[in-house]
Amino acid sequence: MEFLRFATAGSVDDGKSTLIGRLLYDTKSIFQDQLESVEATSKQMGNEHTNLALLTDGLRAEREQGITIDVAYRYFATPKRKFIIADTPGHIQYTRNMVTGASTADLVLVLVDARHGVVEQSRRHAFLASLLRIPHLVVCVNKMDLIDYDEKAFNAVKEEFRNFAMKLEIPDLSFVPISALHGDNVVERSAKMPWYEGSSLLHHLEEVHIASDRNLIDARFPVQYVIRPQNEEHHDYRGYAGTITGGVFKPGDEVVVLPSGFTSKIASIDSYDGPISEAFGPMSVTMRLTSEIDISRGDMICRPNNQPTVSQDLQAMICWMSESTELTPRMKLALKHTTRSSRALVSEIQYRIDVNTLHRDEKPESLKLNEIGRVSLRSTQPLFFDDYRRNRNTGSFILMDEVTNATVAAGIIVGSG
Amino acid sequence: MSITTYELNHLDQLEAEAIHIFREVASEFERPCLMFSGGKDSILMLHLATKAFWPARLPFPVLHVDTGHNFPEVIEYRDQRIKELEARLVVASVQKSIDEGRVTEEKGPRASRNRLQTTTLLDSIEENKFDALFGGARRDEEKARAKERFYSFRDEFGQWDPKNQRPELWNLYNGRIRQGEHIRVFPISNWTELDVWQYIEQEEIEIPSVYFAHKREVFQRDGMLLADSDFVTRSEDEKLLTLKVRYRTVGDMSCTGAVESEAENLKQIIEEISSTRITERGATRADDRVSEAAMEDRKKEGYF
Repeated sequence: MEFLRFATAGSVDDGKSTLIGRLLYDTKSIFQDQLESVEATSKQMGNEHTNLALLTDGLRAEREQGITIDVAYRYFATPKRKFIIADTPGHIQYTRNMVTGASTADLVLVLVDARHGVVEQSRRHAFLASLLRIPHLVVCVNKMDLIDYDEKAFNAVKEEFRNFAMKLEIPDLSFVPISALHGDNVVERSAKMPWYEGSSLLHHLEEVHIASDRNLIDARFPVQYVIRPQNEEHHDYRGYAGTITGGVFKPGDEVVVLPSGFTSKIASIDSYDGPISEAFGPMSVTMRLTSEIDISRGDMICRPNNQPTVSQDLQAMICWMSESTELTPRMKLALKHTTRSSRALVSEIQYRIDVNTLHRDEKPESLKLNEIGRVSLRSTQPLFFDDYRRNRNTGSFILMDEVTNATVAAGIIVGSG
Repeated sequence: MSITTYELNHLDQLEAEAIHIFREVASEFERPCLMFSGGKDSILMLHLATKAFWPARLPFPVLHVDTGHNFPEVIEYRDQRIKELEARLVVASVQKSIDEGRVTEEKGPRASRNRLQTTTLLDSIEENKFDALFGGARRDEEKARAKERFYSFRDEFGQWDPKNQRPELWNLYNGRIRQGEHIRVFPISNWTELDVWQYIEQEEIEIPSVYFAHKREVFQRDGMLLADSDFVTRSEDEKLLTLKVRYRTVGDMSCTGAVESEAENLKQIIEEISSTRITERGATRADDRVSEAAMEDRKKEGYF
């Protein structure tokens, strides 16, 4: 069965947790003991209805404050697909946790309250989804029951959202009018909105085409680990283990190894279960080459006629995630890109983006917590990268504080030099 | 002519994700180890780790935190597997921690060594200077575990700070730590109970016999069926019954409950899991019943 990973963004008031509760409940993915526990806690907290938010807000602090602080992962399946939900916080304070949940998603669900229309939070979520190049965005216009399932109101939200999204890069945008509370258009199409001709949310999630979202063209294999058994049976075995992050590799393929530039051929692609005739993402495999060349972790195996950019200088969009420090020019940070670790120097902050207006503030002094901007970086070692738009795996990196070791930034490569 | 669709099914995707993480940790840490309880999740972990480094042997030892209250079948299985894999086994004994006065045994009929394991584990981490510990926790098991990262940072006291976790982006993991700190690594975070069983069937992985339905002397406590053993004290009204049961999780005998079942083989177990309405920990674990946030509280202290 195929997986769909999706992230949901919104606050408690948008009905996000109710929607997830509804999806889980209607697909029979909530267990009796979970429901009983949630019912008991709801009663104890004096809630009038069973509070389905308690299903996902699992931390003590979240229950006390009635908000989502960190991503919770939930799992459900239908006969067509398996789903991983990353239920992410909507509040600006926890943007980094939303980015955590969304970075691996195929699709993002943004909830909009039909009564309030597009608010600051919806714009921020759409912007982050577009920045992270999540290929599919679904806007759920919720609480349609509170506006009498009014088509005009739905269309108004749709138009407002589209106007904002026009300035973003969102390859696939759709809208579903729902009532999470009553289940309208969540699993089944609702009789209360005959004017809506699209499919229910679940049907959409089951059918959305994701197979083409992967890069099967640019062959990229960052070497992660070198396997040398050094035992009697496999005395001279030397295998390069890693995860395919783009394209397709086959035994016999001519390859080039970066940074050395040596060329060789793939002798075999091995796995515990036997030889593999074609390897593609996200398979974890072990490659052997026909010639003995010096290859170690952090090197990249690719095809001679299709190589990534090799450079020490990169242009990136940065989402700053540290509470205690700010990103400033001349700052030095630890960098991790594919399997390569390096150090990076911030050469310049070109601009900061105002997430609401998409206005660019040129040459800001710094980037603070949850701010996003375009930055030039110089790495101590050359990196082998692609534009993030072309390949999410070879176009992304993280920055870490060298003193506190905290992860302080998500980086999206937009160019070199 | 057949056309390759270049798609992986869900089990292959989960396997690839786990293998990636095993290799990443083996590359970036000096002294990792794999925590092994003998339960199905740690058996699965051992299998995935073997695949990740084949044809080489495991590049790290296996750590068993032994409460002394084990199912004999599980210890037998452990020793057999370790021998087959030519792996190194480190045993951290809760009994030893008690004997040395590091912890005090709980008293009364509901005494359990579950919580004591944390001290034994943290002592062993310090003694062996482990800097990364693989655990078989899954996010679908429990609501605090639903919040875990793949790489979960622990400070020098072994504590988890759930309100202040490191962001975890794409598949780029931050393994930077200072001396005395460590990372708990959860390669099977995204697996559900059903995935685990389907994979065990697909890979024909051998598992201890207690997972299959068998006749056993049990008694009722808090809606669970506990096995009669030297490690539990029964009260007078806790009458023994002989029932056909199996275990959905395997931990300490004093706090792991059995479920009534007819499932004698993997196919029947998968059918049973597919239609069950109760979570595995809800059905079988007394340790989670202490309070609403029992798991979160134990995890903050350094529990698995």
